[in-house]
Amino acid sequence: MATLERDLRAPAAGRRFGFVLDRPEWLGPLMIAPAVLYIVAIVGLPFLLALYYSVSDISMGRRTLGFVGLKNFISVIPTSKFQTSLQNTFVFAIVSQVLVIILANILALALLKEFRGKWVVRLLLLLPWVAPISLGTIGWLWILDSIYSVINWTLEAFGLITADGWPMYLGKPYLAMGSVITVHVWRLLPLATVIILAGLTSIPKDIHDAAQVDGASFWRHHFQITVPLIRPILLVALLFGLVFAFTDMVVIFVLTRGGPYDTTQVLASLAFFTGIQGGDLAEGAAIAIFLFPLLLAVAFVFLRIARRSEVT
Amino acid sequence: MAIVETRDVRKHFGDVHAVDGVNLTTKEGEFLVLLGPSGCGKTTLLRMVAGLEDPTGGEILIGGQVVNDLPPRARKIAMVFQSYALYPHMRVFDNIAFPLRAQGVPRAEIPHKVEWAAGLFGIEKLLHRKPRELSGGERQRVALARAVVREPAVFLLDEPLSNLDAKLRTSARDELQQFQRRIGTTTIYVTHDQVEAMGLGDRIAVMQGGKVRQIGTPQEVYDEPADTFVAGFLGSPPMNLLEIPDCLVGFRPEHFLPKEAHESRDGLLALKFHISRIEYLGADRLLYGALEGKFPDTKVISKLASTVSTPVQPGKTQDFAVREKDFRFFDRETGLRTRPRPV
Ligand SMILES: Nc1ncnc2c1ncn2[C@@H]1O[C@H](COP(=O)(O)OP(=O)(O)O)[C@@H](O)[C@H]1O
Ligand SMILES: [Mg+2]
Repeated sequence: MATLERDLRAPAAGRRFGFVLDRPEWLGPLMIAPAVLYIVAIVGLPFLLALYYSVSDISMGRRTLGFVGLKNFISVIPTSKFQTSLQNTFVFAIVSQVLVIILANILALALLKEFRGKWVVRLLLLLPWVAPISLGTIGWLWILDSIYSVINWTLEAFGLITADGWPMYLGKPYLAMGSVITVHVWRLLPLATVIILAGLTSIPKDIHDAAQVDGASFWRHHFQITVPLIRPILLVALLFGLVFAFTDMVVIFVLTRGGPYDTTQVLASLAFFTGIQGGDLAEGAAIAIFLFPLLLAVAFVFLRIARRSEVT
Repeated sequence: MAIVETRDVRKHFGDVHAVDGVNLTTKEGEFLVLLGPSGCGKTTLLRMVAGLEDPTGGEILIGGQVVNDLPPRARKIAMVFQSYALYPHMRVFDNIAFPLRAQGVPRAEIPHKVEWAAGLFGIEKLLHRKPRELSGGERQRVALARAVVREPAVFLLDEPLSNLDAKLRTSARDELQQFQRRIGTTTIYVTHDQVEAMGLGDRIAVMQGGKVRQIGTPQEVYDEPADTFVAGFLGSPPMNLLEIPDCLVGFRPEHFLPKEAHESRDGLLALKFHISRIEYLGADRLLYGALEGKFPDTKVISKLASTVSTPVQPGKTQDFAVREKDFRFFDRETGLRTRPRPV
């Protein structure tokens, strides 16, 4: 009798658990909980902390933490260092993203075609993405170095420049900005290309065939058929790249440390130098989150457009 | 308007001989149907005519000119794809206008032409919609309108009706044929559906394994099949085949009737038919069973119109007969038609 009872109850308990898994209103939160926890711990808390630091008087070596309102913002925004960095941030982010989107489109179109050794090219293309970025950038540091630059050695060997006319890639303001943008583009290109390639392969072949039969030229085909069809994915790639360029500083940190004379200083690197190396955590936090409202707005607008232009 | 000709056209994908030496010549303004089972190379052949696929060998001529090296846009063709391939991000108007714009038709003429093409297919009211807001039948019309709007010399259609439901397909077939007769443009139409082929085609080219088995009017390919493949592929149910010494003899199920149902007793070959099952299809009955006597255990099918009043019953053996002139003879090895002989 007892065993019989237990036999009846055991499956019932199992069923109750199965029941939870069958109900979307329970299963959904259960499945997404780890991701939520992760984001709160790794992204949310530090972000809130930074937000609070930016309106406090925290600094390294002091134990008190007082609320000071917008004082940090008011004192840092008018400085010429900040103004230059703000300008540089926009130049850096926008120029590099325009280049990335154009180059990634060209590369993706080329990689869509069938040719011998295609997989080797794809692998090579992905290398900058899989290699640790600081290592890759150190490679570039050597390529662009004022004494060892292989570019200069090559140019001189071909007689294009003379020994005393060597460009100092990282030492001259415009060249330095050009160099950090180049390296940043080199670094983001693989991801953008792969994203666009995914978009391109999702277009049915018949659509391209129809455009060909309808007599579309290459440009008409590209800009009236292909680009509109991958617009949502293109916008997502652009959004990623923009936010990344606005907030990342690895390339600048390794190559120029913001120099010469702050001509490659961007807000992200300025925040780091002020807050971590300079010890003024509060001002660093203020610089770091200065662009946050703007990026939020950019993300919102892009995602709206992407959703509206979705085609199925 | 133009004549399309293929001369020994081949297309090999590695080991697969998708199209294996096809010689075809359309007539001016003709509706030519390419009919064959799935995978026989119909689409590949059509795509080569369109210029979307390069032939491995042979020549393609449109209007007497070899077009092998011309891109699709220079071939004066229009194609309708099985998937319709409408541009999903464009409204119907822009879909139809696209080929015009691509060909540099003056801007002012475009609305007029689009409306004309839309009018042909009764889709004037849909011009502002996106393809995803259309039903299957409407999409098919848009695809046709997009094809006619540039007034091409040749129409290429790849199973344009196969995505429609059965009822819509019948009416669309009708409209398509009337439309083609009206504009009189040479049309090559691909299908695997024999009913569609018989109903639409001026001539039918029956394909199998990358080759054309027979080309002729619907009546010719049905009544005088060139080989056992054509005999078996056309007609539903297919032709019955019996083995006699040194050849195969075939007869259509609708010619295999109870003895009394034949109008005259002359020239009949009597056969004993054991009926095992009867299928009622409304207008017809299909009788499944096997022959007895001279051809023991040969499975055959009889198709009786509902006008035949002779009683038939499953499980019984009855006297059936075929007129001798309805026999078709095929070589046992090659499957090709041979001369008639006594059965
Ligand atoms: N791009 C391709 N690559 C390799 N094989 C192909 C390709 N296109 C078609 N084939 C093969 O060629 C044969 C004919 O295909 P297809 O012309 O599409 O036949 P159908 O349209 O008559 O069904 C099939 O065996 C198919 O697998
Ligand atoms: Mg096909």
